[in-house]
Parts: sequence; C-alpha cells; structure tokens
Amino acid sequence: MKNLLKTGASALALSLMATVATAEGKLSIYHWFEYIPQELLDKFAAEYDVEVTLDTYDSNEALLAALKAGKLGQYDVAVPGDYMVEIMGKEGMLDTFTDDEMPLKGNILPQWMDVGFDPGRKSSIPYQWGSTSFSVNRDVYSGDIQTTDIIFNPPEELKGKINVLDTAGETLTLASIHLGIPQCTTDREQLKALNDLVQNAKQYWASFGSDVAKDVLVSGDAAAGMIWNGFGMKAREEGANIEYAYPAQGYIVWMDNVVLLKDAPNRENALKFMNFLLEPENAAAVTNYARYTAGVKGVEPFLEEAVKSAPELNPPAGGNPQFVQACDEEVQKVYDTIWTNLKK
Amino acid sequence: MAGGLGQGTGKSARTYAGLGVPLILPAWLIIGIFLVVPILIMLVYSFLTKEFRGGVIWEPTLAAYDQFFFDRGLFGDEPPKIEWTYILIFWRSIWQAGLATVLCLLIGFPTAWFIATRPPNSRTIWLFLITVPYWVNLLIRTISMKFLIRDNGPLNQWLLDAGLISEPIHVINTATAVQLGLFYSYLPFMVLPIYAAVERYNFALSEAAADLYASRWVTLTQVIIPSVKPGIIAGCILVFVPSLGAFLAPDLLGGAKNFMIGSLIEEQFKGAAGNWPFGAAAAMILLTMVLIVLIFYARSQARGAR
Repeated sequence: MKNLLKTGASALALSLMATVATAEGKLSIYHWFEYIPQELLDKFAAEYDVEVTLDTYDSNEALLAALKAGKLGQYDVAVPGDYMVEIMGKEGMLDTFTDDEMPLKGNILPQWMDVGFDPGRKSSIPYQWGSTSFSVNRDVYSGDIQTTDIIFNPPEELKGKINVLDTAGETLTLASIHLGIPQCTTDREQLKALNDLVQNAKQYWASFGSDVAKDVLVSGDAAAGMIWNGFGMKAREEGANIEYAYPAQGYIVWMDNVVLLKDAPNRENALKFMNFLLEPENAAAVTNYARYTAGVKGVEPFLEEAVKSAPELNPPAGGNPQFVQACDEEVQKVYDTIWTNLKK
Repeated sequence: MAGGLGQGTGKSARTYAGLGVPLILPAWLIIGIFLVVPILIMLVYSFLTKEFRGGVIWEPTLAAYDQFFFDRGLFGDEPPKIEWTYILIFWRSIWQAGLATVLCLLIGFPTAWFIATRPPNSRTIWLFLITVPYWVNLLIRTISMKFLIRDNGPLNQWLLDAGLISEPIHVINTATAVQLGLFYSYLPFMVLPIYAAVERYNFALSEAAADLYASRWVTLTQVIIPSVKPGIIAGCILVFVPSLGAFLAPDLLGGAKNFMIGSLIEEQFKGAAGNWPFGAAAAMILLTMVLIVLIFYARSQARGAR
C-alpha cells in the first residue's frame, strides 16, 4: 500500500482516502488558520503513512485557553508564537526532545537556534517568522505610510476606514511602539498615555478583526489595516492595491514555532512531523503558501520568485523590530482593563 | 391544565402512568449531565480566584462579582465607584435583543397569520420556505449578510445603479448591522410558534366578533391576540434569549468594536485577559436575567391557564 501511494500516480483524493483507510498511526495538529498547505499535510501523510488531523485557532491566547481548558493531551504539536512558547514552557505544557530525536535540528538557521523563549531549542523548532504592522490602500491614500500615525492618528482619507487586530497583545504593543514607551511598562503616566491614545484612536477605527484582516483589505471594507506581513502579501496578491509599511517608530516581529506538546498521544509521529518541517523543501512549501519567512537553511532553491522579491518579506535595514513581551500579572491586569475600556 | 387528559379517562391512563418515569429518564439524564452540572461548575468557578492566564485557584473569593459591580480605576487602587462598563455592555445587549424581538414580532406576526390562513396544502410550502435558510450554518449566513451589506456590496451597488442613492449607505460595522443580523437570524423563531398558535385559532370567533359590531382593531386586540398570546410569548422568548448571548453578529457585522455580553464572556476565556472566574460570573448574571424572564413567562402562563 505504501509503495502504491509513493508511486504517486493516484489522484490526490484517492490517496487521501487510501491513507485514511490504512494509516498506521495518527498525528493531531493544533495550528493557526490558513497557515499550512493541504498538499504538505497530504505529503506527510503519504510519506509516513500517518492519518493527520488539523484543528485551528486564531490567536496565541486562544491556543493557551484551549490547552488550559483540557485539550492538552489531545494534540501532538501546536504552533505558538515566541512569547507564547515561553508562557507554555512555564505552564509546563511542553515536552522536550533530544538531539537524536531531531536529526535535522542542524538545519535551523543559527540566529533562530539559541532563542530566549526556548534556549537551545529543547521543545520547539522554527516554523515561520514575520512582522506585524499594517497595509494601506494606495487608491485611497497616497501619502507617507512609514509611520504608526496611520493607525493611531490617521490622515483624513483613512479616518473611519481602519481595521485593527482583535488581540490586545499586538494592538496595544503597536500602540506602545507608537508612543515610544517600553512594553510592559509599570510607569503609571505611560500606561495612562497608552489608555488615552487608544481611547482617542478608536473613533478612527472601523472594526476589530484578526481572521478577517486580509478580507477587509481585499473587499475594501477597510482602507488601512493592521496585518501580518505574509497575510498582507496575500491580500495584495488577491488584487488589493495595498502597500505594507515598516513604520519608522518600529514594528512587531515574531516567530511561530512548532512545539512538542506534553502528553502528546502520538509523540513519535510528532517528532517525525517536526523533522519533516525542517527539510528545506517542506519549509519552503510553507513559505510559498503562507508568505512568511522560514527559519531553516537552504530553502532558497525551492522558493517562488514572488516570495523572494516581495516587499512585505524584505524589511528595510535598521528599523526598530520588537518582539512582543509577556508581561507579568500586575501589568497584564492594567492591559486587560485598557482593552475592556476600549471595547465597552 | 396538565390534568386535562389524565383525569377521568380511567383505566388506560393508569396503565400508561407507570411508563412515565422510564420514558422521561433519558431526558432527565441528558439535562442533568449536560445542563445542570455545567451550570453548577460555572457557579462554583465564579466564586474562585483567577489564575494568571486562564484557569482557577481553589480559593473562594467574591473578586469576580466585585469586578463586575465596582470600578477601582485603571490600577485597581482607587476607592470603589459604581462600575458602568459592564452595565453598559449588558444594557447594549438587552437593547439590541429587545429591539430584535419587537422587529421580529412586527414582521413575524403578519407572516405567521398569512401562512396559517392559506389552504392547508400550500401552508406546507410556506413553512418549508421559512425553514430553508436553516439548512445553512448561522456563521455562513452571517458572513453572507456581510457580503451583501458592505459599502461596495451588491445591495449598495443596485441602489446606486438604480439611481436611488448617490452614495453607498454605510451599514457595515454599525449597531444597525448587528440589529439586522439578529433580526434576520432569529425571525423564524418568531414565525413558527405564532403560526402554531394561529393555526389552532378558531376563526369563528373573529366572525362572531364582527357580527357583534367589533371593529377590526377591537377584534385584533380583544379576540385574536389574547387567543394566540402563548405563541407570541414563546416566539418573543425564543428570539430574545439567543439574541442576548449572540456574538457572531456583533463580531462579524458590528466589527467587534463594542462588546456584547456574549463577546465579553468569550474574551474572558479566549482573550488575553484569561479571567475565567469573571467570565463565569458574567455568565451567571446573564443566566439569572434570563431566568427572571422565564419565570415571568411561566407565571403569566399559569395565570392564563387558571
């Protein structure tokens, strides 16, 4: 059966059915929406004879909440962002693997190897990295967009036509960057200024939405919108005349990572899958699909031309990229109050 | 009311009476396990201490309810004032749900009346048409409505092409869009119970009223509405209650700009706040409100039956 599948002549649907019917093992993935091509899952399923299931979430916090609410032990791998890897590690939700169990670990790019959120990569491997800022519709506004004023103090043309991400983490972090205050600050004046800023900016915002961030730009519901760089590139490729900004004040960078979850029901297959994603060809397939950047060596030959030259994926030198920080409880409580006040 | 059939029908009623308990048992078990137990868990959680980033610590506290009713400032150390934030959010939900109920009643009653007064075989077709949208998931229907009403969507396009408007009507991401979504989603819940009531209505009563020189208005208010009142009340509850907890319409059509009760509770579990006890407390307060409405209904029913 395995050989038959590997000859690859059978139609995709057929091979999928055959895999399901005969799979020797299972793999349960908890992943972001629209972030992995089905073909890649099918390829893994066929190569390793594993039945793959995929559930999705739309924010790091939603992932954490689901795992806390009892889904730990149900999934093998998940794909949290940098700061969430650290939080999940502290919560004891991650399993570790040895270097022997991850033969392709050497494929990880050196700068993504010894990361603060998982020193030495004991529980995670890089998935993709990218940035969060915003895209602006150039038919509506032709002025300078390399400033966070676009979101927080917008020009007349963009007022009332802005979508912001519906997650306190990213939106309040970009607001902090706009004000030039440190993340997780405990300074009361700075926190008040943050509160005042978003309270005032809300009048310019049409909507809050994360999973719809691309759709609102493509459909024209929003003329400017906070978005992740790859998602913004997809929106541009779907026909929106938009440009992604790397604002002078700074922008958010992040790395999503495949983590081995504690109590994974199919630990073996999880490790196989993580190794599989460290193969340059497969990492490149994710990049070609999701339009972000891989953290693996040797992907270039497999990348589409559009990805290599995309302005969204080539940040200008210098700039002020910032990782989102996980605040402590005291500050997080103030952030929560600011967010609730904002949406009341 | 309950005794109507059982009493005085003699032997057969007694024969079947013994079957009652085993027959009702599965329903009781399902309600007990999947409704009562979760509500009890929620009640307990609402009195527990919040764990940072979701979860609870098993120490009893009133902190969740305190947060709901008292405002202690941005940093939580000011003297307590009345917290208006959540009252505002609840009021917004109640207002939206109430308006949706009234609109559904205004459109639903004539619709139900129309269907119930058709010949019996065409009634089936009308009822079928009412239920057709329910074959499609609510999420899909809400997103479809978003496509229809957006600024450059087909509705605005047709109106522009027809020269009826010169600028697109801006509805998306407003409270009006939320209202439209609620009204559309729950309209059949109003039509069906009223239809069931009107169908049982004895139209000879209307004729009798007319024969006694009652005007059409008097016939409607004094004869018809009292007769079909149970259907109207059932319809109102079926629209009001789910509207109160709705979060799809506020999120997708309202642009998630303002919390409704449903999205506020969702945020406590799914969002960065991760405040489960507060989410549970807000849900308990919502549940209490709904129960008050239902008790009010039950009492008015009991009075009607007497």
